[in-house]
Amino acid sequence: MTNATKNRLIDKTFLIFGILATLFGVVILCIFIGNIFADGISRLSFDFLESLPSRKPEKAGILTAWTGTLWILGLTTLVAFPLGVGAGIYLEEYAKKGWLSNILEINIANLAGVPSIIYGLLGLEIFVRIMGLGGSLLAGSFTLSLLILPIIIVSTREAIKAVPKSIKEAAFALGATKWQAIWSQILPASMGGILTGVILSISRAIGETAPLIVVGALAYVPFVAKSPMDEFTVLPIQIFNWVSRPQHGFIVNAAAAILILLSITFVMNGIAVYLRNRWQKKVKW
Amino acid sequence: MNKTREYIIERLLFLCAAITVFTTISIILVLLVEAVGFFQEVSIIDFLTDKEWTPLFADKHFGILPLVCGTLLTTFIAISVALPIGLTIAIYLSEYAPKSFRKIFKPLLEVLAAVPTVVYGFFALLVVSPFLQKFFPEISGFNSLSAGIVMGIMIIPFISSLSEDALYAVPKSLREAAYGMGSTRFQTAFKVTVPAASSGIVVSIILALSRAIGETMIVAIAAGQQPRLTLDPTVPIETITAYIVQVSMGDVPHGSLEYKTIFAAGITLFVFTFILNNISFYIKKKYQEKYD
Amino acid sequence: MVMTTTDIKENNKASITEIDNLSKNIKIEARNIDVFYSEFKALKDINMNIYENSVTAFIGPSGCGKSTFLRCLNRMNDYIDGFKMKGEILIDNKKIYWKNVVVEELRKQVGMVFQKPNPFPKSIFDNVAYGIRIQGVKDKKFIEERVELSLKQVALWDEVKDNLKKGALALSGGQQQRLCIARTLAVEPSVILMDEPTSALDPISTAKIEELLFELKKQYTIVIVTHNMQQAARISDMTAFFYMGELIEYDSTKNIFTKPKQEKTQNYITGRFG
Repeated sequence: MTNATKNRLIDKTFLIFGILATLFGVVILCIFIGNIFADGISRLSFDFLESLPSRKPEKAGILTAWTGTLWILGLTTLVAFPLGVGAGIYLEEYAKKGWLSNILEINIANLAGVPSIIYGLLGLEIFVRIMGLGGSLLAGSFTLSLLILPIIIVSTREAIKAVPKSIKEAAFALGATKWQAIWSQILPASMGGILTGVILSISRAIGETAPLIVVGALAYVPFVAKSPMDEFTVLPIQIFNWVSRPQHGFIVNAAAAILILLSITFVMNGIAVYLRNRWQKKVKW
Repeated sequence: MNKTREYIIERLLFLCAAITVFTTISIILVLLVEAVGFFQEVSIIDFLTDKEWTPLFADKHFGILPLVCGTLLTTFIAISVALPIGLTIAIYLSEYAPKSFRKIFKPLLEVLAAVPTVVYGFFALLVVSPFLQKFFPEISGFNSLSAGIVMGIMIIPFISSLSEDALYAVPKSLREAAYGMGSTRFQTAFKVTVPAASSGIVVSIILALSRAIGETMIVAIAAGQQPRLTLDPTVPIETITAYIVQVSMGDVPHGSLEYKTIFAAGITLFVFTFILNNISFYIKKKYQEKYD
Repeated sequence: MVMTTTDIKENNKASITEIDNLSKNIKIEARNIDVFYSEFKALKDINMNIYENSVTAFIGPSGCGKSTFLRCLNRMNDYIDGFKMKGEILIDNKKIYWKNVVVEELRKQVGMVFQKPNPFPKSIFDNVAYGIRIQGVKDKKFIEERVELSLKQVALWDEVKDNLKKGALALSGGQQQRLCIARTLAVEPSVILMDEPTSALDPISTAKIEELLFELKKQYTIVIVTHNMQQAARISDMTAFFYMGELIEYDSTKNIFTKPKQEKTQNYITGRFG
């Protein structure tokens, strides 16, 4: 075999490996989900959604879990959205370039890489113990807000960077103050990108389990949370709890709950992707 | 009047940014304070050299090595899965695949990273382990192999997406020089493009490692709760993260030595990931493609 | 003939007696202006009087400082790191670089049109109304009337009046630039600064805008930076020639282009360099 033929063969072989590798991930994911679907679909019913947890798998439902997830979603958004966007605006528009802003940037990059369970430990000491919030929804959502803050900040900054400076200049030339220019021109123009980042990070937050376990979200919560100071559970923790039980009925429940959790996650990610596409089309400078 | 409003708004926004500093300082303080309390009762030599970790039993040992070993073992398995697959995908998408294919599959792969880890844990315990047991019946129900494999699948996009970005950033002119001399895509990729993008690829691997080390739920569900100093992937082990979860689920009184162990474990984890993350930032900064 | 610096300075406070119909009121006065970007000295000892209701053109090769000087007049250089200015600029006899000056007020007096049209990604109406709205004006009727007036002033009204809600970015380049001028006019400035306003436009749009300037100068004082000498010769009353950060010559446009006093000016306008 000549050298050229050998090289062509290697080239073609790698091509096949490449396609296989790419398909592998996607195919495995489909197998996972198909499997879970088969296991859990039978259990999905309004009854399942409306029941409290119970020691008997046939009776147990996810009412407290999905309401807890909704609470966490709402509270975390309420806290993390303004804080994260505000910090992003400050860093991008107000902070003077120099060693201070460099340190802030490196710090945020570091925070983004800290394992989520460490945030749980942080929340446990600061929110649960020192601030006395106990294992409440507030403690949980504060903890998750700190976790996703770096992501929101980074995506806010990227969205603002994408707005051409000429828009800001035009606003200043017409007599706008700095905040007027930001509020009336830059924020509206970057809102698509900002929202995308926020939705993606909230979607990540509601899939988080470890930090909430550490903060004290309970595994067995036989009531629906009614106030931010209440104790709570969320879908991922309920799933974790059921997966750890030997009875087959609980496995089925876990699979069904996973389907609900995945649906929420995929819907949110879908909205974020749609927003990103729409926003990028609009930004035809 | 306008000036006061502007000033107040700027201060408020600054406070938002300052929260990030507060977070970092708090993490370090919390971990340090509790860990210092821990090390007042347990000698650091014991912590680093004892081969057993049994703080919750009657006969207490506080050697962190078994937990570290469990973490590293699962991470190693995960990277062994994710690295070859992820890199192959990256090279394929960047050097071979038509643009339309890349446009569809790159985001599709990123879905892998968006799935909540508790779902992966379910899969590791209830599908992968039984599947492996069909071929190797001596594998126990909880083991690091299943968890590691599933974790590897989860971190494929870390390597594939970031490496692909690095490859994409290599200027066309370099490739064209190689093609012009008669190289195949394979030769160009491995002899020209990959070396040119090597810093970006290395960064992606380090970040994937860091992610794997910090992963909790997959190992908490599927790898077991038996801290063991072993390289055997078929037996139950416990990772640092799973231990913290185990204690949090239980009834450990605040302030007790057992309580402090989760912070000792936490600070160990933090040190590992902190070092890895900053190495990756350093590499990224130093070898940033000077092609612009 | 060798000219001393005093001679040059005297010459540059140009004699206006030769120019018909030009107001003798000095609108803008610049005294001993030095501009630094960190260590780099971008402008050296600029002295100039700009007359009310005139069109003054700044010409010179790239990088000579004409845009820098223009941007000093509405303090747009304030945003550049390392910018330092020495000397004084007075508009209507009042210092504009002074700690008590509210810079947003200054910019309502002194408007600016940029080289590349930069309409906001909003509707035509909202673009023109922006400057008034940020002053807190809420009266709908007032805003509508002002928008109509401004669009008429730039001869854009008939083209867009049927659909003011249309996005400004959908307009052509020339229309966008006229929109930007209308936007500036809506806040009723007395000075309009223009930084190469037609260099990004086609010849027809350019002609339309030059026509516009003839009308506008009856009401406003206009300062225009241009790379295009023919344009300066066509539309301006006074011309200032900058070179390497210095003001070489400032005189009536007729003099600059027919009997310049400085050799450098002569060389530039005959195309020896630039």
